[in-house]
Amino acid sequence: MTILTFTVAVALVAFAAGLLGSLTGLGGGVVLVPLLTFFFHVDIRYAIGASLVSVIATSSGAAAAYVKEGFSNIRIGMFLEIATTMGALLGAYLSSWIPTATIAIIFGAMLLYSAYTSRRPRPPELRNLPPDPLATRLRLNGSFPDSDGKRTYNVQHVPAGFSLMFVAGTLSGLLGIGSGALKVLAMDQAMRIPFKVSTTTSNFMIGVTAAASAGVYLSRGYIDPGLAMPVMLGVLGGSLFGSGILVKAETKSLRLIFSMVILVLGLQMLYNGIWGKI
Amino acid sequence: MADTQMAPSPDSSPPRRPWGDYRVEIIIGHLLRFGTILSATIVFCGACIYILRHAHEPAAYRSFRGEPSDFRTIPGIVASALHGHGRGWIQFGLLCLIATPIARVAFAVIAFALERDRLYTVFTLIVLAVLLYSLIGSGLQF
Repeated sequence: MTILTFTVAVALVAFAAGLLGSLTGLGGGVVLVPLLTFFFHVDIRYAIGASLVSVIATSSGAAAAYVKEGFSNIRIGMFLEIATTMGALLGAYLSSWIPTATIAIIFGAMLLYSAYTSRRPRPPELRNLPPDPLATRLRLNGSFPDSDGKRTYNVQHVPAGFSLMFVAGTLSGLLGIGSGALKVLAMDQAMRIPFKVSTTTSNFMIGVTAAASAGVYLSRGYIDPGLAMPVMLGVLGGSLFGSGILVKAETKSLRLIFSMVILVLGLQMLYNGIWGKI
Repeated sequence: MADTQMAPSPDSSPPRRPWGDYRVEIIIGHLLRFGTILSATIVFCGACIYILRHAHEPAAYRSFRGEPSDFRTIPGIVASALHGHGRGWIQFGLLCLIATPIARVAFAVIAFALERDRLYTVFTLIVLAVLLYSLIGSGLQF
């Protein structure tokens, strides 16, 4: 394949991944690495570096839109970022030690987990929870505008959420993904942050987390300009296009299709990792 | 940042900050968007140079070689971009992209410091330190 055809083909695939990721809310980064390694025969380390860059682009590009909604809680974001950025740094360092076959196995497991959580209904939102002493001390509790006026919430299980975010950061740094599935586990399930607040806050955290590992990737030579360019431009274009068009009606079937794609790619990744084909 | 101090606690009445939280957030949101668009534009310009010069060469990503230092260190990237290399421009654009969320955290440090929120100034400084270490410190060993 010449550089011209390679660039155009990768940009088109990245555009599709960014578009589907933003329409379904599942994120495009998670399918990029397997697509690049299976179909374009890119070394997984280059693929992870390129994917990481695109994660920063989509998170920062969408920030203005998320901020307007006014639900994000910057204290929760900043506090949890201590965990995610340190985890991301650890993940980036681990990536040069762990053999690529093992990375592929971890990636496959992560994809299967993402496919599973995308099919499972969201955990029910519990309202009027009692204030947690630690969350109160850290001033994590907040409120947001709701259909029936202002709704306040009390954050729960801070240590559990913080630890899970450290794991999410490590996986983000190791695999070059936003690891949204784990963030849902930490923020929605453990800390009981309302859905609207957790989604917008985690979008803002994803870019900062990815930036923490991107520096290490850059200095290790994992970010190749010829590959990262079509991936970044494609994903960014696709996700901006996706957030601009309103096709709410078909989101359900799109989500089903996209989670099937994630499932198949996850199985393929596991297979290749176990048989050392990567 | 709005209304995060709703919970009744003894320390829930810090001095109000000069600008509304929400307005600061809006400005920062636009800055992030601007940083992303700027980086994407630089990357796109670099892409045009790169493709015009190398369109018909074979693409080789099957095996990992690691990038040369021109594309790994900040001085190397800047020098390569100044020489007008397409890939140097792309890498410079990616560098701006990585710097965008870092700038966002730096703004948050200032916002919390103006608010005299010592705890969160320290928290954001820790995050900023990790980010700067990753971008600058991790490359020094090469």
